[in-house]
Order: sequence, then structure tokens, then C-alpha cells
Amino acid sequence: MSDAIRPAPETPEPRVTVRRYSALTRINHWTLAGSFVLLTLSGMALFHPSLFWLSTFFGGGPTLRWLHPVFGCVLIVAWLFMFLRFAWANLPERTDWVWMTKVRDVLSGREENLPEVGKYNAGQKLVFWSFALLVPALFLTGLVIWDQYFYDWTTIPQKRVAVLAHALLAIGMITVWIVHAYAAIWVQGTIQAMTRGYVTGGWAWRHHRKWLRDLVSGRKRTPPATPAE
Amino acid sequence: MTNSWTDIRNTDLVVIMGGNAAEAHPCGFKWVTEAKANRGAKLIVVDPRFTRSAAVADFYAPVRQGTDIAFLLGVIRHCIETDKVQWEYVKNFTNASYLVKDGFAYSDGLFVGYDEQKRDYNRTDWEYKIGADGFVETDPTLQDPRCVWNLLKEHIAVYTPEMVERICGTPKAKYLKVCEMIAETSSPQKAMTSMYALGWTQHSKGSQNIRGMAMLQLILGNIGIRGGGMNALRGHSNIQGLTDIGLMSNLIPGYMTLPVEREVDRSTYMSTRGFKPLRPNQTSFWQNYGKFFVSFQKAMWGPAATKENDFAYQYLPKLDVPAYDVLRAFELMHQGKMTGYFCQGFNPLLAFPNRAKLTAALAKLKFLVTMDPLETETARFWENHGEHNEVDPTAIQTEVIQLPTTCFAEDEGAVVNSGRWLQWHWPGATPPGEAKTDVWIMAQIHLRLKALYAKEGGKFPDAIRDLTWNYKDREDPHPAELAKELNGYVVETVADPSDPAKVLLEKGKQVAAFALLRDDGTTAAGCWIYTGCFTEAGNMMARRDNSDPDATGAYPKWTFSWPANRRILYNRASADMNGKAWDPTRKLIEWDGSRWSGYDVPDIAPTAKPDQVGPFIMNPEGTSRLFSRGMMRDGPFPVHYEPFEAPIANVIAPRIRGNPVARVFRGDMEQFGEAREFPYAATSYRLTEHFHYWTKNNHINSVLQPEFFVEISEELAKEKGIRPGGWVRVWSKRGSIKAKAVVTKRIRPLICDGKPVHIVGIPLHWGFIGAAKKGFGPNSLTPYVGDANIETPEYKAFLVDIEPISGVA
Amino acid sequence: MTITVNPPVAATAPAYGEQDLLRRSASSVPAPGRQLEAVSKLIDVSKCIGCKACQSACLEWNNLKEEIGVNTGTYQNPHDLTPNTWTLMKFTEWVNPQTDNLEWLIRKDGCMHCADPGCLKACPSPGAIVQYTNGIVDFDREKCIGCGYCVKGCPFNIPRISNVTHKAYKCSLCSDRVAVGQGPACAKACPTKAIVFGTKEQMKAHADKRIADLKSRGFDKAGLYDPPGVGGTHVMYVLHHADQPSLYAGLPDNPRISPIVEAWKGVTKYAGFAVIGLAAAFGFVHHLVAGPNKVTEHDEEEAARLTEGRSP
Repeated sequence: MSDAIRPAPETPEPRVTVRRYSALTRINHWTLAGSFVLLTLSGMALFHPSLFWLSTFFGGGPTLRWLHPVFGCVLIVAWLFMFLRFAWANLPERTDWVWMTKVRDVLSGREENLPEVGKYNAGQKLVFWSFALLVPALFLTGLVIWDQYFYDWTTIPQKRVAVLAHALLAIGMITVWIVHAYAAIWVQGTIQAMTRGYVTGGWAWRHHRKWLRDLVSGRKRTPPATPAE
Repeated sequence: MTNSWTDIRNTDLVVIMGGNAAEAHPCGFKWVTEAKANRGAKLIVVDPRFTRSAAVADFYAPVRQGTDIAFLLGVIRHCIETDKVQWEYVKNFTNASYLVKDGFAYSDGLFVGYDEQKRDYNRTDWEYKIGADGFVETDPTLQDPRCVWNLLKEHIAVYTPEMVERICGTPKAKYLKVCEMIAETSSPQKAMTSMYALGWTQHSKGSQNIRGMAMLQLILGNIGIRGGGMNALRGHSNIQGLTDIGLMSNLIPGYMTLPVEREVDRSTYMSTRGFKPLRPNQTSFWQNYGKFFVSFQKAMWGPAATKENDFAYQYLPKLDVPAYDVLRAFELMHQGKMTGYFCQGFNPLLAFPNRAKLTAALAKLKFLVTMDPLETETARFWENHGEHNEVDPTAIQTEVIQLPTTCFAEDEGAVVNSGRWLQWHWPGATPPGEAKTDVWIMAQIHLRLKALYAKEGGKFPDAIRDLTWNYKDREDPHPAELAKELNGYVVETVADPSDPAKVLLEKGKQVAAFALLRDDGTTAAGCWIYTGCFTEAGNMMARRDNSDPDATGAYPKWTFSWPANRRILYNRASADMNGKAWDPTRKLIEWDGSRWSGYDVPDIAPTAKPDQVGPFIMNPEGTSRLFSRGMMRDGPFPVHYEPFEAPIANVIAPRIRGNPVARVFRGDMEQFGEAREFPYAATSYRLTEHFHYWTKNNHINSVLQPEFFVEISEELAKEKGIRPGGWVRVWSKRGSIKAKAVVTKRIRPLICDGKPVHIVGIPLHWGFIGAAKKGFGPNSLTPYVGDANIETPEYKAFLVDIEPISGVA
Repeated sequence: MTITVNPPVAATAPAYGEQDLLRRSASSVPAPGRQLEAVSKLIDVSKCIGCKACQSACLEWNNLKEEIGVNTGTYQNPHDLTPNTWTLMKFTEWVNPQTDNLEWLIRKDGCMHCADPGCLKACPSPGAIVQYTNGIVDFDREKCIGCGYCVKGCPFNIPRISNVTHKAYKCSLCSDRVAVGQGPACAKACPTKAIVFGTKEQMKAHADKRIADLKSRGFDKAGLYDPPGVGGTHVMYVLHHADQPSLYAGLPDNPRISPIVEAWKGVTKYAGFAVIGLAAAFGFVHHLVAGPNKVTEHDEEEAARLTEGRSP
């Protein structure tokens, strides 16, 4: 059995807790999240005049124009790190298809009707892979319109395509993010996985039973250095 | 200019040949655009390069540099062949009907009297037949084979369209199109203006290039009329003033000439300047020469010029050679015979030919004084600037003294434009640093010389000691004082001989007109043609009234136009033998039965009867000259001579190299290159973005045209493997330069005498001083030879070779 | 027209203000207080001698410091518009296939002051680009954020962003001079009146005369360049070959704001907000309907049972 699982302490309300994310992962995630929020806010200021007032929070338009791609660089680094560590945990499995066909049960929270889920369910994997595609696409289109350093690399017609694509990708990104964030709110007990690093045993039992079973049985699918992640 | 800038708007056809008005005179070129836009005038450009003038031309024809005479004589031939001649004009206003001495002859490119050793002609037979009455014999029917007209026809017979194409490389169809367009202006209702500049003068036969066009204009009846004329576009803002004031070594102000050695006294000097009329009743205006000369002497030496001392005639230097022109000056320096040099507003190290020789000459000087508002290459000739000025400062002992002067916008005075307008200007800025006006500097030098002579004496101090110096501030004469002196003033009161009570001229007053000048010492005038510019009525040059009655383009109250505020020279020729305008819409002056009057000041006595007095009163014959008698050293008619360095031999006279009477100093002939060694025909020119070597000191001009380049055709670039923007080396027998290559469709190889001739264009604005990138001037390459008459260097046609190189350190 | 009229000597109060704004980037303006007469600069390519006096005057008047460059095999210097070169003579050597004659087409490039300005439409910073009711499109560098959207919006490739100040620069049609009754510096400096300035109507009438003159000289296709795709421009050209504007150093034949830019600044904005809004609304509704997905006590017990006695 993995050392990620702590038996219920001898307290009035005994609870099993399961370590889900290490401190490094949490820092990684919140760097990503922070830069994403900043990118969204600064990007929205540039995207629509009615939101230009957001630029005030970034020290005004010129500073915002300078900061936005810097945030982008932070995000791409954080994301790359995360991608490399989590990609294979998000590889699709056969059960993911079953999970997805039962979308009604998913949305209603009737998880007993769903196949037992490993560390990530199909929805989470979808979010992961959406980010996996959107982030580099946003980064590349962003580079094309990062005129301060890369003006000469592309033509104006190319930049026009890039600026439109960047806007569309950003909309996609924000939409996926809404799904991601809402899911975390809806599925209660999730947020503490990223804040404290632990979930309750019940949370793991309910949402990621296969993952819990694997932890309990010691069938680790991750290298010993990063147990149970 | 015979006419003025503003008059160009009255033309029907502009021919820009031997110049590039749009590029070198963009502001004046506005009058061409006006003529085109408002009159539907046409513009022809004939040039080796498709210039910026050509960019707005109606028709462009290429011509090989140095072959303009063949082209122009061909056009004259075409006009005569097709009877496109303004006959009445030619018969009455030119010397077409005059008979020429029987001894005069021409064959194989040479006129009678040639001396190969002296490189000069005996010109005694280049003269009219003078009858027993002392007047020229004429044949108004133009039948006599010895009349000028028939000699001319014979002389130009060789310049057929085929021959023109063979010599000039101008495709026959294009050449004929130009001929047709020009020939149309033989109609009295049509005018053509010729705009030319250094593209014609900078040849070993520059003066004859201009004569070629002048003769054509006379045959078409285009001289003396609105929208016509021979219009020299002067290259500096005051180069017209320079020649007017006589700053040539053989001139004194107002186009009078300095005595030569054999003219030992004033009467000898005057004996060849009598200018007796050659036709009955004719006015020969130069008969007033003595009045202008004595008035000049009085202006110079005042009370020291007396009747008794021949009006200080002996104070004038006497020339032992035809002229001490710039080429001779540097030759003398090079020989070590000239050891001091005052260089005022001039940058000869880049402006004169064969830079290597110039550097060697300057290095032999004891002292060099430069007076300039800018840092010049000449002042820094001793300084090593790497490959851009490879000299060894330790080997040069010349002491260089730099005197900073004011710039044109920092001082007051008049500038004479190409149209002979003396335009007064006022300072617009304060001079920087230690800069002083040229007048102040010259005054200081003069006063110090005077003091030295007073203290130490000398061989002949008189001319300096007695020089008039009546200025309020002796140290710093005011420009207005100098202008008044040039205009002239009354020295002694002159009474009317018929009524002694009546005063004709009152002592101390400004002279109103040069007609009032006298040869008895009672008047003084520094430059007779300027008389009228600063009268008792005030400074006429400062007038700024731009009214123009009936929109003739004369603007008679705008500043002052010499002579006598006349806007169009020879304007009498605008009217026929009855004194009526050839073209009523072009009326200038007309005869009303008793007087001439109109929009301009008549260029003839106001009461001179139209059927008796010819319009060209500056010639003793009263007519203009298709045959120039002995006035030009190289022939009474122009002849096509190749440049000294030409890509082909002279087709009409293969034995002759260059102009047979152009002066060549010892050693310079050996420095001429041959076509087999240097196969490409080079030419030099200006670009709009710069003005000579001045504006490379200016940041903005340097932005607009930053770096030295040469221009070649795509064909030559391909042949030589030169890529656009790449580095090339260009060299002649005298030097080598490096430049960027501009490869262009605007230069095309021309087929001359069956062979393709490639042209290399070399602009002239770069040196080793200033804001722009360091570069070279064409004068590193050009030959040391000038025009046979006035020694303008042959900058427009020489030979080079070219090759691509990897780059410049 | 500027060139024939000297400016008043006495100082004139600047005449333009907020009431003269027709458009303002990334913001709306109230209906203009008054309608200024539409102005226009007319560049007669057939009269232009390529002397660059306009370029020089532009640098002088606007106090711009351009770098001294190098020669790259052309008369065109600098080689392109820059933040300091707001106008540039562009040189094209073209052999007319009909006449076999070389034509040296010289065009003064610079802002066209479109009636439908792509730069203004693309600009995200409120008021950084304004359009006056006389047609002048002007940049307000106080408000410019240097994003370069104007570069993408412009159909003529005109604005340039400075790598020093990170602001956008282009010809202002000398709005400062026009506001006090003068014409642009380039028109003032042009020696051949190839550049003239006046009301748009005057300029069109002037162009008609020029076109008639050009047609009489054999340029059958001479015409006015006032492209309708951008609503007309307040800088117009007289071209000898008006049927082929692109001959003149790539002057667009049919300029219009790029459809991509239109899509970006148009439908994308609304669609984007709609998609984001829908996603958020879905979550909200879902939460209302389905409620939170809570872990039950049973789940906790199951977990405890699973892990019971198996601690290490």
C-alpha cells in the first residue's frame, strides 16, 4: 500500500485522507493558473474595448501590452512542465469511452453507474488535452504578433491570421477553463487537492475508485520518486 | 539665361539636353510643370541616362555622352531639309546671308589654319568679306555659295540620321521623333526653350555644344521671344553673379576683358575693342566699352584714376597667357611655381579633375587658406582617411589656415539667379562660433596688406595703396555700400552741354542707368551691367512686388534683372521687320511708329527703326551668328569631336583625338586611357538629394541619399557579375574608386558605330568629411583637360573599367 | 490649395477639438458638434520628379531623426517607411509593354487617411486613433499602447511601431498645420505642385484637369485613385495608369480592410463573449439543477474499509 494513504486518526470523526498532489505540483498548477488568469484579464482588455478598463490593473495600456506576452512565457514554461509530468496519466483508456457515453449520469453525479475511474476521468483528460493543444497554439500565434521582438519573422497577412486565431483560441481556452473550474467547484472536495494536496478517502472512493484501489494494492503506475501522483 | 525661370511657363516645347533640370534644379523645374499643365507644353529629354527629368518627359531619347554636337547639327540638317525654318527671322536676324572670305575652308574635321604643334588655329580667314564701304557683303537671296547659309548647309551635310545614330547611339526612330517635335517650333506661333547646364559645358568642346543649340534656336526663330531662348541653368545660387562680376582670371566685371601683355596702354587696349558697326545704320553697343571701362577704373581707384595716368590703366594686371584658369592654377602648383593658395568657398580637392594630381599639387604649397562655412576635404587634404584619402601627413608640410565664414542664410546681399535677377536677401540666422562674413575677412586682409605696404613699401604698391575704400566701417563694409559701388555713382557734376544751367548728373548721386556712364572720369561703376540695381530710388534688388501685368511672366517689379531690368534678352527679335510681334499672344515689345514699348525693357534704342537696326546690338553686325567668325578657338561652326577618352574613334575624322585645340598640359596626354584598356563610357552628375559637397554635412540630406554608388545597366551587371547593392571597383588611368552598384533599367547600352557602348554613371556628392557615409568623387577618375575656349573640365565623358569586389573595409 | 496661398503670419488658435471627432478608436463619440469640410491631399504622380523634398520637409516639420543608412542598389532611402519616415518616395522602373518605353514611376508613399480606417478599427486603446470630420486620421501617442494592431488593420501597410518608444507612427496629414489653416509640410515643400492640398471637392476637380491633360498625352487609362473599398481616401493619387495601381510600388489595386481583420474585430468579439457566457451559464444552471456533487459518509466508510488494517 502506498504511503499516500493515511489511516483514519483516532478522532471523533475518523477520515481516511489520500495524498493527490505534491507541493511541487501544486506550485506548478497555481503558477499556471495565476499566469492564466493574468493572461485572460490582460487579454480581455485588448480583446474588447468594453474591457479596456482592466488595463488599469496592469499599470496602463503600454505596460499591459508588454506584460501580456511575458505572462504567456510564464504559462508556457509552467504548462510544459506539467504536460511532461502528466501526459501519460492522461492517456485514454477503454473505460473512458464508456464513461463518456454515460454523460447523463456524469452530469447528474450518479457515479455508481459509471465505470470505476483511475486518477483521471475522461472529462479531466479532455480538459487536459484541450489545454495541451490550445496552449502551444496560443503561444505560437502570440509569438507571431509579439511585434516587439518578432515583427520581422512574419508578414502582415500572416500576422492578421495569427491575431484572429489567437483570439479564437483564447475564447476556446477560456471556455475549457470554465469547464475545468466549474467541475472543481461542483465536485466538492476537489479544490483542496490543489490547495492542501490531499483528498478524503471518500472523495477518492467516489470519484476515482480505481485509483484508490491501485494505491491500496500498491500497484503504482508512477515511478517511486513521485508516488501516487 | 536669355530669358528667365518664370518665362519658361510660356513655352510650347522644353528640350532638356545637356542638363537634368528636374534633378539638379527642382525648384526652377516648377516652371516646366507649369508650362506642361497650363499650356499643354511638351517636354523632351535627351540624355545618356533616363533621369528624373525623363521620368516626367513626354519623350526621351538616349544619346552617348560627348556626342551632342552630332545630334544637334543633325537636327539643324533635318530642319533645313524639311524646310522647317523661320525664314524671315533667319534672313533678317542672323548672319545667314553674309559672305565669308574665300580662304575659309573645312575638311576632315579641321578648319583652315590649323597648327598641330601649337594645337591652335590661325583664324584670320574665319571672317566675313568686307566691302569697300567697310560693311559686310551679303546675299539676301542666299544663293551665293560663300554665304553663311550655304557654308552651313555644306558643313552639316554629313550629319544624316544614319550618321547621328552611328555616332550618338540614338535609335533613328527616336532621333527623328525628336527632330519632328523640335522642327514644329519653327512656326512663329510656337516657341521652344532649351534648358541646359553642365551636361553641355563639362566637355572639351562644351562651348560648341551650346552653340549647336543656339544655332538651332536661331533657325527656328526662338531667341528673343517669350517661352524661347537659350537657358543655362547655373549650378550654384550665385554662379551667375560670379561670372557677371568677372571672377574669371581673364575678365573684369561686366564681361569686359583684362588686358594682355601686348596691350601696353589704354589706347592699344581700346583699339581692338572699337566694335565698328559691320552693317549700315547698325547699333554696336560695345562701342560704349570705353565708358564702362573708365567707370570701372574710377570705381576701383577713384581720385587716383585720372586722365593723365590713363585712368590707372597700369594698375591692372596684364595677362601673359590666355587665362589663369583653375586647371592652369593647379598645374602651376604641381610644378611648384604657385606656392600659396587662397581657396574661398571652394572645394577643389573634389571639384577639379584628377584628384591624385590635386593632392600632389596642394602638398607642394607653402600655405593654403580656406574660407568656407563648412569643413571641406580641401582643408583636410593632408589628413589620412584610410582608403578614402590615402596620404602621409608627415610628408606634407603645407600650412593650412581655415577661416570659417558665414553661410548664405547668415548674411545680407544679392544673389544673382540663372535668369539674371539680382535678388537681395537678409540674414535669417546668426552665424555660429567664430564665423565671419567673406566681406569682413577680405577687408581685414586688404587693410593689413595696405598697412604692410605703407610700412615696408614694395615693388608696386600703387594698385593696393590707392584702392578706393570709402566705407563707413573700414573693417567691415556693408553689403549695401558694395552694391551701391557696383551700381555706380557720379564723381563730378556734369552739366548739359546745350544748357549749362541744367545738371545732367549730380555729384554723389547714384547713377540711374548704364546709358549715363561716361568715359571722362565723371562717373564710377563697379559693374556696368548692374547699373540700375541700387539707384537714388533705393535698392531695386530688394523689391518684392510680384505683380505681372497680363501674366506675361516678366514680373518687372520683382527685384532687378540685369541689364537695365530687362527680363528677356534680344527681345527686339520677338517682333518682325515691321516691329509687330511674330505671335500676338507672345507680344513683348512692339514698334508704334515712333518708339518701342511693351511688357519688357526694349533691348534696343527705343527709337531704333525696326527695318534699319538689327536686334542683336551686342554684335557689331546687329545680327546673331550662325557663323561665329574668329570668336571661338575651335571653329566658326561646331564639329563633332569625340571626348579625349572615347569608346569609339571619331567617325567623321578618325585621325583626330578629342578637340584638336583643347589645351593639354605636358604629361596629361599620357594619362588619357584607351578604349581597349578602359572599355566603358563614364559620366558624372548630381543627384537631387544633394548639393555638391555641401549637403553631405547635413543629416537629412544624408538620410535621403546616404552612400556613394555608381549606376550601370542590367546588361553590364550581368556581363560583369555585379549584383544590385553589391560593391564594385571602378578605375580609370588616373585613379580607382569603390562604390555600391545601382543596377538599373534607366541606363541601357547604346550601339555606336556597330558596337555596344556601356555607360557607367558616377554621381559626385561624397567625400571623406561630413555626415554621410565616406565615399569617393568622380574626380578621382576624370581627365585633366578642359573646354577649348573656357577650360571647363571634361567631367561628362571619360573611360573606365569596372569589376565586382567583395567589400570595403 | 496650399501651395499658392501663404499661411497667415499671425498665430491662429488651434481649431479642432472633441466636437470634431467622427470616430475614436475602441470607444464611441457623440455625434460631432459640427461638420468640417472634408480635406484631401492630392499627389499627382505624373508631376512628381522624385526629389524627396516632401520627405525632407516631413522630417523637418515633425522633428524626426532618421538614421543615415546604406545604399542597397536603389534611390529609395530609407528603404521602407519607419517610425521616423512617415512618407517615402518609392521608385519603380517599368517597361510599358504597349510602347516598349521605360517609365520611372515614382510614388510618394504614406498614410492614405481612409474614410474607413482599418487602423482605427483595429486599435484596442480608446482614443489612440481618432478620425476628424474633415477626414484626417490621427494617432494620439499619449494613448497608444504600441500593440501593433493598427499595422494589421491597415490595408496600405503604413503604421510603424518604434522599437524605442513602442508607439505607432504615421503621417498625420500635418493635422497640427491643417488645424491652423495651413496645408501639410510636404505640399508646402513640393517644388512642382505634384502635391496639393485643399478640400476634397477642390482636389477632385483639380484631378479632373490633370487627368484630361494626361489623356491628351496618350495616357488613356489616367485616373484618380480614391479607392471605394476603404470608403475613399483623403490622400488621393493621380495615376497615369489608374487601371494598374499596383505598378506603383505595390499600391493596392482594390484596398479594403482585410476580411480577417473584419472578422477579428467584428463577429469574433460577439461570438467569443457568447461562447464564454454560455459556458458560464451552463455551469450555473447545472449547479442549480444538479446541485453539488458531494462525497457521502458512505463513501468515506467505504474508503476506510478499503484501507483498514492495511496501513504500512
